[in-house]
Amino acid sequence: MSPTNPMNRRKERIDSLAETSGTTATLVREAGSVDEKPGVSLIASAWKRLRRNPVFLLGAGISLLFVVLALVSPLLAPHDPAVGYLLDKVRPQSNPVPGPEPGFPLGADDIGRDLLSRLLVGSQQTLVVGVVATLFGLAGEDAEEHPAGAFGGWVDALVMRIVDVLLSIPSLLLAFSIAALATRATQLTVIIAVAAVQVPIFARLLRGSLLSQRHSDHVLAARALGVTESAVVFRHMLPNSLGPVIVQSTLVLATSIIDAAALSFLGLGNPNDRRPEWGQMLGRAQQYIYDSPHLAVYPALCIIVVALGFTLMGESLREALDPKSRR
Amino acid sequence: MARFIIRRLLQMVGVVFILSLLLFFWLRSLPGGTVSAILGERATPETRAALTKALGLDQPIWVQYGKFLGRAVQGDFGASTKVLPGADALDLFLSRFPATIELSFFALLIAVVLAIPLGYVSARRANGPLDSGLVIVSLVGVAVPVFFLAFLLKYQLAVEHNVFPVSGRQDNLGCTRVTNFFVLDGLLTRELDCSVSALKHLVLPSVALATIPFAVIYRITRASVIEVLGEDYVRTAESKGLTARVIRGRHVLRNALLPVVTTIGLQTGGLLAGAVLTEKVFNWGGIGNALADAFQYRDYSVLQVLILAAAMIYVVINLLVDISYAVIDPRVRTR
Repeated sequence: MSPTNPMNRRKERIDSLAETSGTTATLVREAGSVDEKPGVSLIASAWKRLRRNPVFLLGAGISLLFVVLALVSPLLAPHDPAVGYLLDKVRPQSNPVPGPEPGFPLGADDIGRDLLSRLLVGSQQTLVVGVVATLFGLAGEDAEEHPAGAFGGWVDALVMRIVDVLLSIPSLLLAFSIAALATRATQLTVIIAVAAVQVPIFARLLRGSLLSQRHSDHVLAARALGVTESAVVFRHMLPNSLGPVIVQSTLVLATSIIDAAALSFLGLGNPNDRRPEWGQMLGRAQQYIYDSPHLAVYPALCIIVVALGFTLMGESLREALDPKSRR
Repeated sequence: MARFIIRRLLQMVGVVFILSLLLFFWLRSLPGGTVSAILGERATPETRAALTKALGLDQPIWVQYGKFLGRAVQGDFGASTKVLPGADALDLFLSRFPATIELSFFALLIAVVLAIPLGYVSARRANGPLDSGLVIVSLVGVAVPVFFLAFLLKYQLAVEHNVFPVSGRQDNLGCTRVTNFFVLDGLLTRELDCSVSALKHLVLPSVALATIPFAVIYRITRASVIEVLGEDYVRTAESKGLTARVIRGRHVLRNALLPVVTTIGLQTGGLLAGAVLTEKVFNWGGIGNALADAFQYRDYSVLQVLILAAAMIYVVINLLVDISYAVIDPRVRTR
């Protein structure tokens, strides 16, 4: 394969991100001899710069707030998000969506459930979709890599070619196609569809990162000292590859939440909304978009803020871990 | 150069082959199998058996794949079941394709025309107030779900304030159709009101569709220009006393635009996913809207064509990007 193969474009971008890990390790040591104390680890020096970066602090603050909210939201929610308290106020013709009233500051949805409680509790399932999709993406990459690596030869080649072709389909479209395979959509099918798209990206990222380290000095030094092969991989190479994977994970969390909303919008989302999720709420709200736009605006704002938080955190992490940014 | 293009074309054949394999297995793994997918769940056993035989599903799997490939080469993907019942799936695709090309073209035009100059200006004044503001805008642009932005635009500017039309591609003016690119048709037949109407309908959907490409192209341009500005040859050019204009055009932009061209190509391929959502909101008569319906009502004949087409478009765009790369950067050709 020549370096300019049509499928290589996206790969090159992923690979260039992967490469930063290998070079970072050596650069930290170089930098250490010049202007930093010797032995300052990559994480420590990155953290030193991140602590003073307002963008990172904002992103991390939003992300942390979101996670805490997801954990404690059942305690904060004034009502049960699955019960239609105001159902008798719903008039399909004249008043499909009951407005605010005492005890229900944001009003109710189309079957009389308290909107504020649903938004608060919705953070939980939204976090679940984001985190589980990201973990699936990481785990899928692992499962896919191992048989390919073990068989070697044409199996490896075929798997990598298939991954390349999958990368050539716009990722959101691929997620739609996978979601369409399920006869009955559930939260799980949504998560699988959103996660499957990330697998090839993670696969290339880790593979590229490990490959670029294979010949770097710290691995050579470890080998020369007689460290066993598995210890070289797990103690010297993997920790250095984690940087780009963590960065990618925060970005994937944000995309997963947005993609799940798009699935709901197309009717491929989870139809069971006893346990609300923001993307699902946004997808459902489109029926009443002209009469009650607030039904869509609140969950949309939540998604935007959270996605922005994770993106800001991921981007500033990427910058902090990129050796070029320390010049 | 010719050899370069031929080599790329040969590689494309391999990609399309793997794609056909994937599509074949995707169709086979559909809920209830291909027969249920085509006939629906309420078909009688007789019709099911007939279709099973007609599709050759009782034969070995490699024979099935061969037949699938044979039909695909002839453009026979079956008839639409839900989107436009009875219509040939390929015809449906071809008749709706111009609408999506028109929309994507204007979206990409907006994105590129705004993103490259703004990216350049941002890079020149890196970390200034304008730069920081634009970076934030670009980050928000990626965080907003496309269909929600489309709804907001439609609600504010079409429903609440009657600035732009709510949906569709053109007012009912009895315009002559030539190419099915409505703006172009109006110009060709000198029915200028037709072009104006089509343009008005294009504004909101193309702005919505342009946000993500804009954000991505802007950020790549900015990063790329910042990198090139720090290169030795730019300093050399400055110390030689070349005018700012020559340095900007010949040294900075020319080198900085290489990754930008790649990104534009990538974004063009990705536009179709955004078009699915945008076209649905504005009821645009393109393949995005057809895809949205096909996904929602599980019309697998149509999905087949559209997914295959989406991947092919992406591959062709990548080829064009590679060729333009070879034109811009002579080093690529010799590799």
